[in-house]
Amino acid sequence: MDLENQQRIKDLTDKYGKDDLLVVLGGGEAEACGLAAETVSTGDPTFAGPLAGVQLGLKAYHMFELKDEVDPAVYEEQISMMEMVLDKDAIIKEVQEYRG
Amino acid sequence: MTFPVLKGTAYTLVHTPDILVHEGKLQETEMRNSPDSDYLKAIPDHLRSFDDAVAYGPNQAFIGNIHPRELRNIEQPWYEHPLKDASTEGKFGSMMSEDLFYGCMKAVDMFELVVLEESYQKEVAKKLNDDPVIGKYWVTLDKLTENPAKIDEIEALIADKDAKPLYLNNKLVGCLKRAHEFDAALTSDVMFENLVSKASGAYALAELFAKNDIKPDGVDYLIECSEEGCGDMFQRAGGNYAKSIGEICGCVNATGSDTRSFCAAPAHSMVEAAALVQAGVYSNIVVLAGGSSAKLGMNGKDHVKKGLPLLEDCLGAFAVHVGENDGKSPIIRTDVVGKHKIGSGAAPQAIMQAIVADPLEHAGMSIKDVDVYSAEMQNPEITVPAGAGDIPMANYKMIAALGVMKKIFARDEMNQVVENIGMPGFAPTQGHIPSGIPFLGHAIEMIESGEIHRTMIIGKGSLFLGRLTNLFDGISFIVEANDGKVDDDKGVDKDEVRQMIAESMKKFADSLK
Repeated sequence: MDLENQQRIKDLTDKYGKDDLLVVLGGGEAEACGLAAETVSTGDPTFAGPLAGVQLGLKAYHMFELKDEVDPAVYEEQISMMEMVLDKDAIIKEVQEYRG
Repeated sequence: MTFPVLKGTAYTLVHTPDILVHEGKLQETEMRNSPDSDYLKAIPDHLRSFDDAVAYGPNQAFIGNIHPRELRNIEQPWYEHPLKDASTEGKFGSMMSEDLFYGCMKAVDMFELVVLEESYQKEVAKKLNDDPVIGKYWVTLDKLTENPAKIDEIEALIADKDAKPLYLNNKLVGCLKRAHEFDAALTSDVMFENLVSKASGAYALAELFAKNDIKPDGVDYLIECSEEGCGDMFQRAGGNYAKSIGEICGCVNATGSDTRSFCAAPAHSMVEAAALVQAGVYSNIVVLAGGSSAKLGMNGKDHVKKGLPLLEDCLGAFAVHVGENDGKSPIIRTDVVGKHKIGSGAAPQAIMQAIVADPLEHAGMSIKDVDVYSAEMQNPEITVPAGAGDIPMANYKMIAALGVMKKIFARDEMNQVVENIGMPGFAPTQGHIPSGIPFLGHAIEMIESGEIHRTMIIGKGSLFLGRLTNLFDGISFIVEANDGKVDDDKGVDKDEVRQMIAESMKKFADSLK
């Protein structure tokens, strides 16, 4: 996960606390999404960024999981094409794993 | 309307394992921050030989010896299935080894920054002078007779003057000095990247002359479109790579400039070149770019972790000739240009609508009227293990999915459409190098043989990396078969206008009778 983004998420968690924060992912690859979900929950597994060894305990959801929360017209216009392109089930499975 | 044409292309690769180790930004950062890291220790076991890099299928596709679609028939991983009849010489270009490349860097260095060990310099000077392409087209090889050094002098420059060491098979053969004592835009780090880009770009330009019907003094304008920046502290990326590269090949009648837009810059440059030719400003333009040393081994940690060779061990470069309509070369449709507008939005759907569907629909065509698309042609064997997915495949799926949404294709046709309009990625992950342009050489052949009629070239750029905007970038253009009609488009001349006015006045006068 991008080191700059790790710092931003760490700063936001410090500011708002983990109870009022969740992370929405838009990545296109299951492995990369899983890595991001892992980084914001149990820490950066690559030990490269600001979240190395830092357990923020944030829950991450992929945008595909939040379909029902979004205006259907907006979802259709912004996301529906990518539902056909990406391996939706694999991405969701990977992200769910890190929510415990 | 008379469209400009795509007259020729050249593609080159330079295999640079020592530059990967010492100058690739990932490795350099690791050496600074964790000099004892397991990754650094593992690197030597994952470097490829020059022969392995030459026999690698995607590299053979890049220099034109096989069609990218032939990669579908080679078992993966491709690095375990080398091509038996591979060659350093390709239809569209060639591959160079690192031992020649330091000589190239010295030959393009106008400020005596590159210092080579005397025996190595003598040896490389002979090889480059004897080289049928570099020896013929580079006019600055006399630089290789200047300021040779003894190894202790080179070691002193590295120790005392912040010079960068140049290694060959891990042995010191030279160094590159900083260009200014304290200017951060002229450090040895920056100058290294700039001279790598310049030398590899000049190599591709020489190949363009060697393999196509254009001479150095026939070039009017050069557009350089890499991702580097040259200048000093008062104008950090002031330029101009284009002229500096043209100078190496003796393009004495050309001027030029640099275009930047991350990985989308080559596609922007092609549109600019086409427009300038069509407008009659210039007749022969070369769009070109050298490679990036920073990106060598960029995904190396993932490759080592997964037991792959360090596949990002080559600098890529290209040069493309855009000229006036000759009645046979494929035309560039300047009336069908797709652009990601500032207001287009960042969702993939919005991006593909803007750069693929909008220009086609505007011209009365649809997605199915393009035979082959070429966008972001990164080699998937490099990107998939790094978690970035198969980028060309993702693009083809997006185009097909957009077609499904527009009811051009049925949902169950998607896989077939992807196969029909696409090809496996075959370009090195050198940022601007894979951005659609690597297909142009193959496209000319396919169009001229009648295999396809039309292709769309797509460039995409991640502008947010520069931290000035969160915007994305994308641009596309169409190349298609020439119908052979060359309309000189001069319009109506003065005599014709006089005649028309006279006739109208006569008619008016008659009407008054």
